Amino acid sequence: MSTHEPPGRDSIAVDHLPPDLTRALYTHMRTARDLDTEAVALQRQGVFPAYVSVRGQEAAQVASAAALDPGRDFVFPTYREMASALAYGVEMVGYMATHRALWHGGLYDVMESRFGAINAVVGGPVPHAVGWAVGERMRGGEGVALAYFGDGASSEGDVHEAMNFAGVYGAPVVFFCQNNRWALSVPNERQVAGGSVAARAQGYGMAGVTVDGNDAAAVYDAVTEAAARARRGGGPTLIEALTYRVEPHSTSDDTGRYRDETEADRWRAHRDPVALLRAALIGAGHATDEELDAIDARARQRAEEIRDGVSAAPEPDGSELFTHVFRETTQELTRQRRIWEEEVQP
Amino acid sequence: MTELIDRTDAAAETPVLEELSMQQAINRALRVLLAEDPNVLVFGEDVGALGGVFRVTDGLQKEFGDQRVFDTPLAESAIMGMAVGLAMNGWRPVPELQFDGFAYPAIDQIVNQVARMNYRTRGAAPMPITLRLPSFGGIQAPEHHGESLEALFAHTPGLKVAAPSDPADAYGLLLQSVRSDDPVVYMEPKARYWDRRPVRLSEPTDPIGTSRIVRPGRHATLIAWGAMVHRCVQVAELAAEDGVELEVLDLRWLKPIDAAGLAASVARTKRAVVVHEAPLTAGLGAEVATLVTEQCFRDLAAPVQRVTGFDVPYPAGPLEPQYLPTIDRILFAVQRTLEY
Repeated sequence: MSTHEPPGRDSIAVDHLPPDLTRALYTHMRTARDLDTEAVALQRQGVFPAYVSVRGQEAAQVASAAALDPGRDFVFPTYREMASALAYGVEMVGYMATHRALWHGGLYDVMESRFGAINAVVGGPVPHAVGWAVGERMRGGEGVALAYFGDGASSEGDVHEAMNFAGVYGAPVVFFCQNNRWALSVPNERQVAGGSVAARAQGYGMAGVTVDGNDAAAVYDAVTEAAARARRGGGPTLIEALTYRVEPHSTSDDTGRYRDETEADRWRAHRDPVALLRAALIGAGHATDEELDAIDARARQRAEEIRDGVSAAPEPDGSELFTHVFRETTQELTRQRRIWEEEVQP
Repeated sequence: MTELIDRTDAAAETPVLEELSMQQAINRALRVLLAEDPNVLVFGEDVGALGGVFRVTDGLQKEFGDQRVFDTPLAESAIMGMAVGLAMNGWRPVPELQFDGFAYPAIDQIVNQVARMNYRTRGAAPMPITLRLPSFGGIQAPEHHGESLEALFAHTPGLKVAAPSDPADAYGLLLQSVRSDDPVVYMEPKARYWDRRPVRLSEPTDPIGTSRIVRPGRHATLIAWGAMVHRCVQVAELAAEDGVELEVLDLRWLKPIDAAGLAASVARTKRAVVVHEAPLTAGLGAEVATLVTEQCFRDLAAPVQRVTGFDVPYPAGPLEPQYLPTIDRILFAVQRTLEY
């Protein structure tokens, strides 16, 4: 499958997966879709300074996270993994707090969630996944690290260094590239030499898989297989999930300057992962329209609760400027904190 | 981070007088750390079978196995990135980057990730990482093998920075650095690796951020770190022949800086000369001079002098002795401050 061509199928199949699972995937994707819509609205209302939409990538994110075990695995996200966080069980008001700019890394507990801090350095967290995974093997654990990154990040040296390290150490890592075709304003053909991120796996001595990123079942299968291989000592896998960023890069972006929206419209109309999964659930007899309508209603309600929660969340106290710089603070920082108390504190 | 660590062996180590080089002292410290805490990991380029290009990790892989002490592929950024992930999985990483100048490819991981992860996660993911970085010049090495990056690291919120000057401190400061739950850049002065002297290796007693008076004096304070401490001692010995008693203060910690220690010394001597290898402009000497001036303004009999490398790229071997602060340049600065 070429990276440059959108997968053409207008339907997907979920018959081989358990109905409980496919309904759960749908629930998370539907919730993420609604939460995404709410988040864009919050940005328009001035509650969020900016937001990065995950619309159109719900299958890639939800299905990849759902194929992991939150009890023993560890996820290393970028800044555009809201749907993954949701599916992985992250506390979502704390997650969305990053978009309200309450705290850069988010306000959820990354160690308890086993979902790393939101990270704005493109490609930066990918070597973290390798370190975590090498450490996991050394302590005899069975956990797998999954690193998210995009087609733009695939150009970063850190991603290549991390893949080589993982290959050399046989580390239990799943490198999960969401190729949404646009690295901000630059399309794949001016980003990915050779046309395929997955093809790079061969050079790093690992399995490389290309998957339809808008097919939740296909993503789930690919990550399940990669995670199982990693868990049994079979080493890392690079998965390239082909998808499309139907929204702008962020709410500050202007796609009219660099792309023809008819392509995005085509993906919206024919390749919407939520619609594809809904049709597949009905086709497979995993759910009825009525059941899915009920799920939709609950998803909307949950999204609204998260929206209300993050809107009402208190701003951090100014003293938190100083609290977590060091585990053992310094006299100088204590002195500066005193200046803050005397001259800045409201 | 809360596991109990049995330090009985280390503590029981009798501080006998031994003839040791700094390179051996650091090796001994790593041995103690690997033995006392099963979460300590030593890794980097060529640190395993070779024992590091300076042999600082000599024998460690043999003694502690190739899981605790291991070679990495040649990629500085991934070495530091891996340290972050290891720390998030409960390990206490002690990575080595082979030379100062090759820390630059890892700056993103050091500055954007290592230094900020505890902050970013509000304390959920501490980074008890000690980066061992052979540093500074004076060994006529190729380009990028003689750099002084301390101002860059000290300027980065979330990092602590140590730079020992002799074997005993190298031992003690490394124990402190690795046991600390904060990330520390531990800068090893290459030019002093082979300096053998009788030392007593002992558990550190001064808290992190404490300077040390290496040689007491009353006419002026020479402030230095790393290899420049030894040079300042040489200067003090020469000056003493002319009846000038120079105090030599080894800063040891470049972050946090011992502001009180600086003030105590300069309040007595009333004069200060700060010496470092790094270029002058925006170097750490400016920070030291400011700290001295802020605290000792009324005591100072002369402006704080700076004797540093020039604002030029680190030069090749034959020019190195003219670039680094010479004994004469330091003496000229002392003279200027005394005659002010």
